[in-house]
Amino acid sequence: METLLDWSLLSATLWKVAPLLLAALAGAMCARVGIFNVALEGMMLTGAFTAILGNYWFDNVLLGVVFACLCVGALSLLFGYLVIGLQANAIVVGTAINFLATGLTAFSLFAIFGVKGQFRDSAMSGLPKWNIPLVQDIPVVGELLSGHTPLVYLAFLLVVALQFFLFRTVMGFRLLAVGENPVAAKSLGLPVRRYQYGAIVFSGILCGLAGAQLSLGQVTLFTENMTAGRGFIALVATMLGQSNPIGVMGASLLFGFLDTLSTRLQSFSVPTHFTMMFPYAMTIIVMLFFKDKSYLRQSGRLDSK
Amino acid sequence: MLLQMEGITKRYGGLTANDSVNFSLREGEVHALVGENGAGKSTLMRMLYGEEQPTEGKIRILGEPRAFTAPSDAIKAGIGMVHQHFMLFPSFTVAENIVIGREPKSGGKFDRKAAAEHVRALSEKYGMPVDPSAKVADCPVGVQQRIEILKVLNQGAKLIILDEPTGALTPLEVDWLLRAIRRLAAQGISFILISHKLHEVLGTADRITVLRDGKVTGTVNAADTDAAELSRMMVGRELAPFERKAANAGEAVLAVDRVTVRGPKGGKPLLDNVSFTVRAGEIVGIAGVSGNGQSELLQAVSGLRAVDEGRVALAGADVTNKDAAQFRQAGLAHIPEDRYLWGAAKEESVADNGLMGHVGSLSRRGILRKTEIRDTVSQWVKSFNVKTASLDTKAKHLSGGNMQKLIVAREMAHGTPFVIAAEPTRGVDIGAMETIHDALLKRREERGAILLVSSELTEILKLSDRILVLYEGKIAGELSAEEATEEKISMLMAGGGRD
Repeated sequence: METLLDWSLLSATLWKVAPLLLAALAGAMCARVGIFNVALEGMMLTGAFTAILGNYWFDNVLLGVVFACLCVGALSLLFGYLVIGLQANAIVVGTAINFLATGLTAFSLFAIFGVKGQFRDSAMSGLPKWNIPLVQDIPVVGELLSGHTPLVYLAFLLVVALQFFLFRTVMGFRLLAVGENPVAAKSLGLPVRRYQYGAIVFSGILCGLAGAQLSLGQVTLFTENMTAGRGFIALVATMLGQSNPIGVMGASLLFGFLDTLSTRLQSFSVPTHFTMMFPYAMTIIVMLFFKDKSYLRQSGRLDSK
Repeated sequence: MLLQMEGITKRYGGLTANDSVNFSLREGEVHALVGENGAGKSTLMRMLYGEEQPTEGKIRILGEPRAFTAPSDAIKAGIGMVHQHFMLFPSFTVAENIVIGREPKSGGKFDRKAAAEHVRALSEKYGMPVDPSAKVADCPVGVQQRIEILKVLNQGAKLIILDEPTGALTPLEVDWLLRAIRRLAAQGISFILISHKLHEVLGTADRITVLRDGKVTGTVNAADTDAAELSRMMVGRELAPFERKAANAGEAVLAVDRVTVRGPKGGKPLLDNVSFTVRAGEIVGIAGVSGNGQSELLQAVSGLRAVDEGRVALAGADVTNKDAAQFRQAGLAHIPEDRYLWGAAKEESVADNGLMGHVGSLSRRGILRKTEIRDTVSQWVKSFNVKTASLDTKAKHLSGGNMQKLIVAREMAHGTPFVIAAEPTRGVDIGAMETIHDALLKRREERGAILLVSSELTEILKLSDRILVLYEGKIAGELSAEEATEEKISMLMAGGGRD
């Protein structure tokens, strides 16, 4: 009989949180240049599928991940072109991309692998699990921190890196300026659009990594719509964390923990469908509390003169 | 000559915005550019700042012909621009706002300490005090403008274009700014000053160039001219001498009785036990440094804000804490303080903006009567001389002054017993100002009661029969038209009670 709370719960939180955190950081970078990226869900789903596809084609996990980043990067470029280049409404375009991703991955699943619903290849290897020397031997801490995929470690490293980039470097400062007042930034001669495209493509790459962690991390398979709303929860984590990398990490850990808890509760004969509601219900509750504080910018601010 | 603009012509399709304009600027000179809304001042400056390219003509800097294809070219050539709407980043610090674009760095890292030091030195050098570590959002408008000027100086500007720099400033800040401009000019910085306010221009500039309909009507030395001559050059006709008949006030139309609006918790009340009346056939002016309760008062007597204590009565009906529609029903027309926030829908057409508030009379059984709407609005456009391409033009494409004329026309058309005119001529040129003042005085003749709020003391003095001065949410004093002078009002505005 399992206990409800133990160390493995926290360890599971870490790997569960990785895709969420990567996507939420992607959302934060977009928010920081004044673009509300609702396409995180679709981009993550595309990432999950193309990671499996790349792995299948090249028979190499690393190339699979790179392939996913390239594909989602290209998709985000489309999003960027519509939103920045053509000044389309970011929410409409983002929603369209989400539906496009759902349809396209399901269709490609059948067209390429000839299966419906799920693709699994037992010969395919997933992402390696890294055991950190020394750390893995420490009781509790070892169990907690060791034995995760490289992408889990990368996600947390990125938090630190992005926090430094945004608030310590000149380039990060200018990026914040672009998001704060694009018209003023333009009047200073800052290449506003280049910053925005840069942030969007970077967020696409992060979503590619998030998807790869989902389909090649704990399991090695792709199921239709396997992101199951994680992109939207990431969006909430972005807002809750005020688009600060460290804040976003805190919010993601909260949601990741709830997600893990809901899985755990299933072994206590709590109905699955009830526990699956957890993270989403929490999202709504959190939004009620933080409705005034959400750091949310509309790309529409560009056209106000 | 630092700058020579020779034979500058700019055409947009069939429209000529600038017609062979000549303009020059010496080093250390303040050269004012005046003209009505749409006379072509902004177009000319946009070409100098590289935001637009001239159709014909040459721009020379120190004798060298130059072509600017982007603001960054102009900045490189030592030209800086302070826009009417500030280009600042409100959540950043003062230092960050000033050094942006040329941040001190060590290997990609932004050295904020060095930035603050640099800004401190810069602000001392030019005698423009700022606190480098303050957040811009917390700085008053006058300081924000200082930040803009320092930013431009930091970019190495030798020539600074100031577009309507005094529009949003308090009288004290205006005074300070104009003296700072003279001081910087003495340090060798040249200024182009775009303004509507002739007395400011006359007191500050060395030379004045007047534009009308895209053409230069003359360049004169400030010492050799006066306001009357300048207005004639701007408008192209004599302005009618101003006459105001003695007041013949009747019964109270608006009665404000001991109204209090509480501030944020623990703070001072925004309005503190304010009582006054506005009677039929009189204009009551409210003066005060902005932020002393004018906005709250306006909102309290127009149904936009609830009061915590006291009563408001309009045309005999108690309207305390009723909504805006009920105020209007009771007899209110409102020319609002912020024309874009309260008074217009920028994305909609001129016709639709005119319709606002008139839906009832211009529709039948819920269906809008298009022809009548267009007839009515086009009549307003004609009588108030609103410059617009058509009735279908989006309101955002109208200049501020023309938008204001449309709003005044629309509100006056209600024919209500009570009118609020808040900053009715902000950013409006002389010709339009005359039209708007005439409309207000005409309503007064027709026994209307008018509450005028303005940050322009000249406007308050010119129109008001009685003047109330607000200071920290209280009425600090009341002056009749006869006894009021600019000095007395300024004294009350600064919190010095009557002696």
